Amino acid sequence: MSSDEITRREVLVLTAATGGLLAGGQLMWGPVSPAAAQDAASTPTPLEVMLRINGKEHRLTLDPRTTLLDAVREHLHLTGSKKGCGLGQCGACTVLMDGKRVKSCLSLAALMEGREITTIEGLAQGEVLHPLQAAFIERDAFQCGYCTSGQIMAGVACINEGHAGSPEEIREWMSGNLCRCGAYDHIVAAIQDAAAAPSATQGG
Amino acid sequence: MTTAFIGQPVSRVDGRQKVTGAARYAAEFDLPRQAHGAIVRSTVANGRIASIDSAAAERGPGVVAVLTHRNAPRLPYSPHKGAVDPQVGERLHVLQDDRVSHQGQPIALVIADTVEQARHAAALVRVTYTPESWTTDITRVAPVQPTQQKTDQGEVRPPATRRGDPEGALASAEVKVEQTYIHPRENHNPIEMHATIAAWDGDRLTLWDKTQWVHNTAEEIAAVFGIPAQNVRVISPFVGGAFGSSLRTWPHVTLAALGARAAGRPVKVMLSRREMYYGVGYRPHTVQQVALGASRDGRLAAIMHDGYQETSTYEEFSEALLNASRFLYSCPNVDTRHRLARMNVHTPTYMRAPGEASGVFALESAMDELAVALNMDPVELRLLNEPERDEFKKLPFSSRSTRACYRAAAERFGWSRRSAQPRSMRDGRLLIGWGMATATYPMNFAPASAMARLLPDGTAEVTSAASDMGPGTWTSMTQVAAEALGLPIERVKFVLGDTRLPNAPVHGGSLTMASVGSAVQAACRKAREDALARGGANDLLEAVRRIGQPVEASVDTNPGDESQRFSMHAFGAVFVEVAVDPDLGETRVRSMVGAYGAGRIVNPKLTRSQCIGGMIGGIGMALMEHAVLDARNGRVPNANLAEYPVPVHADTPPVMEAIFVEEHDLHVNPLGVKGVGEIAMVGVAPAITNAIFHATGKRIRELPATPDKLL
Repeated sequence: MSSDEITRREVLVLTAATGGLLAGGQLMWGPVSPAAAQDAASTPTPLEVMLRINGKEHRLTLDPRTTLLDAVREHLHLTGSKKGCGLGQCGACTVLMDGKRVKSCLSLAALMEGREITTIEGLAQGEVLHPLQAAFIERDAFQCGYCTSGQIMAGVACINEGHAGSPEEIREWMSGNLCRCGAYDHIVAAIQDAAAAPSATQGG
Repeated sequence: MTTAFIGQPVSRVDGRQKVTGAARYAAEFDLPRQAHGAIVRSTVANGRIASIDSAAAERGPGVVAVLTHRNAPRLPYSPHKGAVDPQVGERLHVLQDDRVSHQGQPIALVIADTVEQARHAAALVRVTYTPESWTTDITRVAPVQPTQQKTDQGEVRPPATRRGDPEGALASAEVKVEQTYIHPRENHNPIEMHATIAAWDGDRLTLWDKTQWVHNTAEEIAAVFGIPAQNVRVISPFVGGAFGSSLRTWPHVTLAALGARAAGRPVKVMLSRREMYYGVGYRPHTVQQVALGASRDGRLAAIMHDGYQETSTYEEFSEALLNASRFLYSCPNVDTRHRLARMNVHTPTYMRAPGEASGVFALESAMDELAVALNMDPVELRLLNEPERDEFKKLPFSSRSTRACYRAAAERFGWSRRSAQPRSMRDGRLLIGWGMATATYPMNFAPASAMARLLPDGTAEVTSAASDMGPGTWTSMTQVAAEALGLPIERVKFVLGDTRLPNAPVHGGSLTMASVGSAVQAACRKAREDALARGGANDLLEAVRRIGQPVEASVDTNPGDESQRFSMHAFGAVFVEVAVDPDLGETRVRSMVGAYGAGRIVNPKLTRSQCIGGMIGGIGMALMEHAVLDARNGRVPNANLAEYPVPVHADTPPVMEAIFVEEHDLHVNPLGVKGVGEIAMVGVAPAITNAIFHATGKRIRELPATPDKLL
């Protein structure tokens, strides 16, 4: 069983216990089921969560429904990770968890204890940009910039996974990250450039 | 010292902010004591709210307030129509009465300490309705004439035009094409969801908002709340894509301000992706009939283009659906007629290349059908009908580079190797098709203001309340300013996106470069001249050092009478290769070459990005995008990014080229630019469906060209 499956099952158990309401997610605006309505009366017990983000530890008191994305954006004010759907469909929230790319909008913060999380804010070494960040600027691999953090984090993972061998391969393995401005051509070029750079497989 | 920046492929000046996550978008300006708002939306398409029970929501943990039409303050909603608002009808008023006119209409706002608490409590608001009959099936609506719209400049977008004897010419034409083309509703779907943070300080309001026009947002909210516009400050430095969705000020902006007032603390409202299909506008569904008549040798004798589109019950939104058909080709007999289908939906709005994208799809599809009927090369047909002047406005074109665009794109594409017969080109078992279409979009030039301030240390700050939703306003304005000032680009700082800065027009209609760029250029030139004169030096750095204090110049630029003397448009041509799987019906775009005559190109690096981005948008329009409106109830069942597919990395054609043909237009504006944001989206969808016809022999007249239509 892969760690991804464990995570997903744990998420399902926890979301069932909390009424299944992830912020920013698939909330319908009609009446909720009686079971969920009953939950409303009882206050979800806040959880003490220790998150390790970009090499720093943060002790947070969180609503158990808090996603990793909302934890970093709303509680730690690390707004580089973007919310584009809250449904795991756009990839703008992509971060690295123990070096692997995950969609932070589908990850509950409470399940991230003991994990090493890297967000876009943790990618550069001080003032020195990661080769992929530099390549994004050079290749003009973005326009509005909103999907960019997710594209870069996914791109770093894509290179580390060994999936950056050709433009076709990059396109396939990057297709979980949407760019509505349509910068794909330049993103692929930037990932190729960074994959060829000597230090590209660092970071995360 | 290099100071020639216009025309250089400068990297984005805000690039570092964007690749490090430092660029802050609307939802990312957290304020002390900020609360979160969640919107409850209607679940019927028409009727009245019979009861609304917010007791459970109010008891929810962390809930600060629940606003409904029962307890929300009555707002003045003073008259205000910005250039982006429909000129006929009245905008939606939120929480003012029990009326519901469409699915997803905001009917309550829950404010809570955290976003989780607000969303949860919003689900606990119980609503019952007294439904009334509704209209959500466009196939059962009788389209009506739009109300005539007059402004100081004359009639806005005439709904019907006519020259010659179109019916007679069509009846006697040797070759005819008469078809109906359908374009479904599309949503902008910027990756950044709409968000507003509202904070009151007495009767002064600050909004951090996703907007393409800060000043209009301030004026609209001021009108809604009945306060002076100068009391509303709007801040919007970065916009995470918009494509038109942030032109108008949508109801959630009002709700954020209402919520902040009720809570007595700042409130942030961010729409969910699902709400993006109900809370902001969309490109409307259109139904278009095109009839073309031509002589056997291919000369157009008649063009008749009749189109209608959906709009809401409370506003008449109409777009430039038929404009291109009036002037794109030479034709003595032309009739165009635009109508509206009023439905229980929320009001549509402008989406990238509004009108042209859908209208040119119909016209250029029909032109391809005519070329097939004439057994003529589609490029040749267009060249044969190339007009010498705008036959609708009866004006010369300020410039028109269609011929150069056809030539450049066809050459790069290798069009001469095309085998004319449909289904005659293959790659193994795949059917290969080559298609093309013409593109056009008007050159828009609006009044704009800018301020340039030269500092004694030889740096400059240049400001205008413009917006940058992605094309690169931050960068291109810095280039224009540096060149006009004669300073290195590193010494020039351009600032935008704040109502405290000089007025800028809406960031839409491809007019920012022309309008704001001209103002920036003029302000910088004036500042430089003033500094040189006051400092008594030939060298600017020496002059500002001598003056020892800032030198400021503010300039307002206005269009002259050029639009009375010239017809001003950008033109282009798009060539496409598709491969269609005959067994699966799947279409893949393999190659796309666009050539554009768009005047001067300020930054070829950024302009290429903008153009290939528009072409990718066109792939979405052609092959996948369709916001399904459930005709039974007005809901959008695929209101998310998994079921409303947009192009992904894997959809990018391996070959993408954007060519800018040399074009010096001295008439359009001081910079000689036409803008490219919209035209890049035009012509792509018909070029693709024309290529699909060439590959398969099947004509797609209803977008998108999904596999089910090709099997």
